[in-house]
Amino acid sequence: MIHELPKLPYELNALEPWISAKTLEFHWGKHHQTYVNNLNNLIKGTEFENLSLEEIVKKSSGGIFNNAAQTWNHTFYFEQFSANPKKIPEGKLKELIDKTFGSLDQFKTEFNQLALTLFGSGWTWLIETTPGTLAIKQTSNAETPFKNSEKCLLVIDVWEHAYYLDTQNARAKYIENFWNVLDFKVIEKRL
Amino acid sequence: MKFELPNLSYSYDALEPYIDARTMEIHHTKHHMAYTTNLNNALAELKDYPATMEEILSTISKYSMAVRNNGGGYFNHNLFWELLTAKSSKKPVGKLAEAIERDFGSFEAFREKFNTAAATRFGSGWAWLVSQNGKLVIGSTPNQDNPLMDISELKGNPVLALDVWEHAYYLKYQNRRPEYIEAFWNIINWEKANELYIKTL
Repeated sequence: MIHELPKLPYELNALEPWISAKTLEFHWGKHHQTYVNNLNNLIKGTEFENLSLEEIVKKSSGGIFNNAAQTWNHTFYFEQFSANPKKIPEGKLKELIDKTFGSLDQFKTEFNQLALTLFGSGWTWLIETTPGTLAIKQTSNAETPFKNSEKCLLVIDVWEHAYYLDTQNARAKYIENFWNVLDFKVIEKRL
Repeated sequence: MKFELPNLSYSYDALEPYIDARTMEIHHTKHHMAYTTNLNNALAELKDYPATMEEILSTISKYSMAVRNNGGGYFNHNLFWELLTAKSSKKPVGKLAEAIERDFGSFEAFREKFNTAAATRFGSGWAWLVSQNGKLVIGSTPNQDNPLMDISELKGNPVLALDVWEHAYYLKYQNRRPEYIEAFWNIINWEKANELYIKTL
């Protein structure tokens, strides 16, 4: 099957000034698109040709894994933003965040710290390790928690391409900006 | 003893149009500076450590990740700046030129192999030409690892280095890493590379 780049659920300039249209133009239009194109080229004539994206991520390694996982990770990342985000989680998500971290602020502090200190390229995730148990996890490069059957809830991309046009070396500023467009409505539905 | 951020021997705009002044300034005064500061902070927690980065790198497995990451970042950037010049001969010189012909067949074949190593390093890292007692080998390392580190898969003495972290090229080239790699060939300090090579013989 041919994998396709999903459309963004908002306009390229919708997340300004927190994430610029120029960043999205490259991040979604070039990086994400390239992972999708590479994946389609690499799986031609292989055992992965007719598998779903999720199955490829779980079963592959090397170049196919990198491009499949980056395709999946970026879709998951872009889907969680909105120009009018819900900034405070409610219901079960709120309960689990409070239970695990004490408060939303405490969760954000711990999450920000791990996003800031991931060395090199990668991602920082909020995951549900077992039903009712949340954790924060860093992954390098294309690695993704759902390969190990951990449920992904929220993610920040800390590859430099995610923020370099907007905040350059100031990753902390990008992480701070991220919370202004992160839509907890999307995260609640993932639980 | 503290390690210090070296000054560049050329101005930030000297490598234009291949590497732009804004990239050079942020790369040197922010990224390289942060590695230097963080390295000194990590070393300050130790009772004792060797005087040279080379000695630290050769036993890096005994140190914390903070020393490995920031020590690598400090050393790699020092080397990278020295290997760049506005007045490049654009082709290898001296004993290094001979060794490139000998070990890769031609300068063109060498270039192609180095380009592939730089383009295919997934994520952040460096592409290298190293000397293994005179024999030239091309490879790459992840993040701020380098071929002097005892934990590195690629071993040898660095002769040529290319930074392929996105911060090295994103303001000018964005996702087009191959264009940045192509530009690099116009600003290599081959005299310096030859000097590094001769030391390994």
